[in-house]
Amino acid sequence: MTDFPLTQLLWWVFASMAVGGGLGMVTRRNPVASLLFLVLTFFSLAAIYVLLGAHFIAAIQIIVYAGAIMVLFLFVIMLLNLGHDYQSDLRGGVWIVVGFVAAGTVGWFIWQSFGAPGAVLQRGGEQQIAASVEQMNAVGAIAYPLFRDYIVPFELVGILLLVAIIGAVLLAKRRV
Amino acid sequence: MHDMGALTGAPWLIAMLIKVLVVFFGTMVVVALLTLMERKVSAWMQDRLGPNRVGPGGLLQPAADGLKNILKEETYPAHASKLFFVLAPMLAIGPALITFAVIPFAAPLPTPWGLVDMIVADLPIGILYILAITSLGIYGIVMAGWASNNKYSFLGGLRAAAQMVSYEVSLGLSLIPIFFLAGNVTLTQIVWSQQQELGWWYAFPLGLSFLFFVISAFAETNRLPFDVAEAESELVTGYHTEYSSMKFSMFFIAEYSNMVTASALMATLFLGGWDIPFFTFDNMRVIAPGIVEGAEPAWWKTLLTFGAFGIKTLFFIFLFMWVRWTVPRFRYDQIMHLGWKVLLPSALAYVTFMAAAILTLDTLGVPFDFWYGLILTGVNLVPTVLFLVLIDRDRVIGGTAPAARRSGPLPQGITATRRPNADANVERENQEA
Repeated sequence: MTDFPLTQLLWWVFASMAVGGGLGMVTRRNPVASLLFLVLTFFSLAAIYVLLGAHFIAAIQIIVYAGAIMVLFLFVIMLLNLGHDYQSDLRGGVWIVVGFVAAGTVGWFIWQSFGAPGAVLQRGGEQQIAASVEQMNAVGAIAYPLFRDYIVPFELVGILLLVAIIGAVLLAKRRV
Repeated sequence: MHDMGALTGAPWLIAMLIKVLVVFFGTMVVVALLTLMERKVSAWMQDRLGPNRVGPGGLLQPAADGLKNILKEETYPAHASKLFFVLAPMLAIGPALITFAVIPFAAPLPTPWGLVDMIVADLPIGILYILAITSLGIYGIVMAGWASNNKYSFLGGLRAAAQMVSYEVSLGLSLIPIFFLAGNVTLTQIVWSQQQELGWWYAFPLGLSFLFFVISAFAETNRLPFDVAEAESELVTGYHTEYSSMKFSMFFIAEYSNMVTASALMATLFLGGWDIPFFTFDNMRVIAPGIVEGAEPAWWKTLLTFGAFGIKTLFFIFLFMWVRWTVPRFRYDQIMHLGWKVLLPSALAYVTFMAAAILTLDTLGVPFDFWYGLILTGVNLVPTVLFLVLIDRDRVIGGTAPAARRSGPLPQGITATRRPNADANVERENQEA
């Protein structure tokens, strides 16, 4: 049974689901359909995190993105135009340039993660993750670095979000 | 330490398969019986007989209902997107059926091939898995409301989405004090902490958390008094108005299996899971495949602990029904008020308070045992009583409720209520008679 490459098989299934969901999200004309495709992508990403041994990140991915943020998106789409087809905002040739820039950024990221010398995946991250999960359990492996080594950036991000919330409330309260 | 041998190879695969099938069919059978129990309990509360024609005492009623639902005509609303309309019940029932996987339901069972732990998947993220999967269940309801091309359904779907997102926050916050005490998020560790390490069921040292969790679980499962998404008297039946036959039934199966999972979860988190109180013969946990810490596993212990788990779960299921047939539906603004302005700040304050209390006890060097739990139970009484007094707003405890209702004008928009001088009228009628 150990010879059977179950993890690889599952990786192919979820990776193609993620890519397919991403493609479906950009190509659908119906906003609700593209939103559901995006949820599929998030779900598949979470499954890939599980295959990598990062259970906690997978759970947070689904709780925060698929379960909360996308529901709010769905809410907004339904309230604004009830999910009927709409005209694209992308007119002219600008989006081609934007698309190339985005593709270039993604390509650079992939090169940095896999190809470049000293990339993340070549540093034996898998053993590190397994060791810290063994030592501090799935949540502790994230919590200890976050609340000890990176406490200042963490608090700064919190303040950033607070500022955004206050700004949104201010804008919404203004009499138009 | 007891080395019972680890399951490997084919026996492991067969044991997993049996566990999955038993849990799946067990949940489905319990769900079917719950539809009967719901009607029997409501009949009992309203002094009726309930269904009693099919089978002995109406026991075969669920089978008759299922058969009827399969044979009914399937209808599709006009001008609705059929794909989403069909997809919605599947999105509702899928998450509802897989959440039970991480709940341990009995003590580990020794077999000739090795030790079988009574949990489908002991994930390292435990309870977070349940939170994640249940948050996906919203899509089914929202899609159903949207795809039905019906204003009432749509309103029901929107209400469900807003309500479930709101109460997820307080649900998550009410879990945090548990993690303080258990030190991990896996449900096996939470059970072990309650039966052995602390020796107290968390309902006692974390009473207010328990209250918050029960309220939020009612809202998350869309049960009365939080069933504004269905709300027969306002929205026909909300998001499933347009559904017929088995697709309608699938929403019901989803709701009931969510109820079973929520009840099992409440029993596991706050009433010790499969722990039998006042006895130590069942206190054991699996620390590695096949290796058990604490008491020695035996088949009769598995059976007894499974019974304890069943009784606790059934108690919460009965609580769900009890509340449903007792309390009227909340108004929508009341639900939002309770979620965002009462539960969220209270749960946040409680997390801070319990964190301070636990940190103080740890700093003082109190050993983590019975006395630790007793002190924490006493400390916990302070915020619990404070919360109950504050939320009561001087009504029941202060004893001012009837007087407040009689004096002053009625709130705007409320017509069908007790008239301010109703008692006086009754008295006058009595005198005239």
